[in-house]
Amino acid sequence: MSTIELKRSMFHEAVSKSPSFISGVCSFAKREFRDALSSKWFLLYTLAFTILAVGVSYLSLSGVGSHGFAGFGRTAAGLLNLIMLVVPLMALSAGAGSIAGERERGTLLYMLSQPVSRTQVLLGKYLGLGVALVCSLCIGFGVSAAVLAWRAGGVGVGSYAMLIGFTSMLALAMLSLGILISVVSRRSSVATGIALFVWLSLVFVSDLGLMASSVLFKLRVQEIFALAIVNPLQSFKMGVIVNMNASLDVLGPVGAYASQTLGDALPWILGGTLGAWIIFPLGLSILLFSRRSSV
Amino acid sequence: MIIATSITKRFGRVEAVSGVSFELGQGDALALWGSNGAGKTTLIRCLLGVVSSRGSATIGGIDVARRGRHARALVGYVPQELSFHDDARLGSSMALFTRLRRVSTGRAIESLETVGLRGHERKRVRDLSGGMKQRLALAVALLSDPPLIILDEPTSNLDADGRGEVVETLQRLRGQGKTLLFASHRPDEVISLADRVLVMERGRVVRDTTPSDLWPTEKPVQVVRLYLEMANESDAADALRESGHAVHLNGHGLCVAVPRDRKAEPISILERRDIRVRDIEVLDDVEIKESQR
Repeated sequence: MSTIELKRSMFHEAVSKSPSFISGVCSFAKREFRDALSSKWFLLYTLAFTILAVGVSYLSLSGVGSHGFAGFGRTAAGLLNLIMLVVPLMALSAGAGSIAGERERGTLLYMLSQPVSRTQVLLGKYLGLGVALVCSLCIGFGVSAAVLAWRAGGVGVGSYAMLIGFTSMLALAMLSLGILISVVSRRSSVATGIALFVWLSLVFVSDLGLMASSVLFKLRVQEIFALAIVNPLQSFKMGVIVNMNASLDVLGPVGAYASQTLGDALPWILGGTLGAWIIFPLGLSILLFSRRSSV
Repeated sequence: MIIATSITKRFGRVEAVSGVSFELGQGDALALWGSNGAGKTTLIRCLLGVVSSRGSATIGGIDVARRGRHARALVGYVPQELSFHDDARLGSSMALFTRLRRVSTGRAIESLETVGLRGHERKRVRDLSGGMKQRLALAVALLSDPPLIILDEPTSNLDADGRGEVVETLQRLRGQGKTLLFASHRPDEVISLADRVLVMERGRVVRDTTPSDLWPTEKPVQVVRLYLEMANESDAADALRESGHAVHLNGHGLCVAVPRDRKAEPISILERRDIRVRDIEVLDDVEIKESQR
């Protein structure tokens, strides 16, 4: 066999033994999903979220004795605050531990020595963890919906589905950010530390910072709105409120400004902002991970 | 099968691999020999395209830097440190690699059978012994029947029986025409498996030779490993070389080739120089005969 024929046959052998892009991603996603289901963090977070969601639903209904959709509206407000606190923490910590943890254990090197690309590994991990997180949230929401149905006699299905959809988007956005943190951190403890700092900043510091900035720099209302929706948690909150056909006036002058000037485009802008928080950190993670000169 | 040209890898200021070039033909077996930190593992990782490097490497004519995914499909890799998810069961670990290598479940069973792990599929990876984990890595490496097997100290976690089994499997694979590239600390393995040896020091290839040139003698010899205080190792190596012994420092003691009937000779040479030998290990029976040279 000539050298050219040998090289050609080797190449055909190599192609026939490499998984396609999609099949490689799905293989890693399946493994990640299975690992997440059997891991303690998943069980703990699912349990915590379910208990808190049921607790909030039960208490908000029993407090006012309201029924039907009105009851759900009040419950949703309670759930909103719970989601903004718990879901980012769940997703950020899951993402932060992913790549850095595998790197530390040495499993990442072994995965990368298989006939797969770095993009396949990262996307597979993201998908697997994303599906696991959404399942975890669905369990919490499902049990909470059962409580609502029992206590209030029904649930506004559309509004509830919207709440689940926006919460899933928030979880996926935070997971993207967590994975980005994981890609740039050498150790999983450092990644977890950074993730906690980011969580704290998004949940508490950014609100205070925005308030302080608006007073210090005398920001105009449109500037405050623009700065507010940069925070994915605020986009999520406004998105849920707008989509429940409630007025953003409850959020003060900034909410009123957004409702009046942006009108029907507002839900799309807020959904788009959350979408951008999913795509950009994930895209940046893929870029940085693919260009890493070491494992 | 492998063409490496001026492979260079730096970690900060340290050049872990420095301008390494070599070719490895189909069906050949090449050993990487050198002390800890000589650059063997980094070189293997560069060849796999797992870490980026300067220079170029092709596997089966496929450029590792540009088509790493396809190049790695031709390679079965057994790492130095076993890296499987501890909580996963052996069967589900194999299932992942079965999908990644595009082979049937039947092939996975066959591969487990080859390494003697059939029937252990329900065991969790954390419950496997070091030797079983090593054999699992070998089973994964053999899954797609790749033409090239790369092993990084494949017997480091094994006892004498396990080592013998792995060496036997590798010899069988050689017989089937597989190409082998492996790093090892054991002269007996190098002698029984390799046609060529690349001796590495501080990231460079200092010798491209054969096992029989590395441990030259016309009489049957055995390799003994001497364990000394680290500070004395280099003086001891010089003393033994002056006495005409082939000596190699490899980070796991001092390997010395000695005639079979004079195994204690190195100890007395070192005693005369006031160098105390802490322990001695006679490695597996190795004979280097004239016919092998």
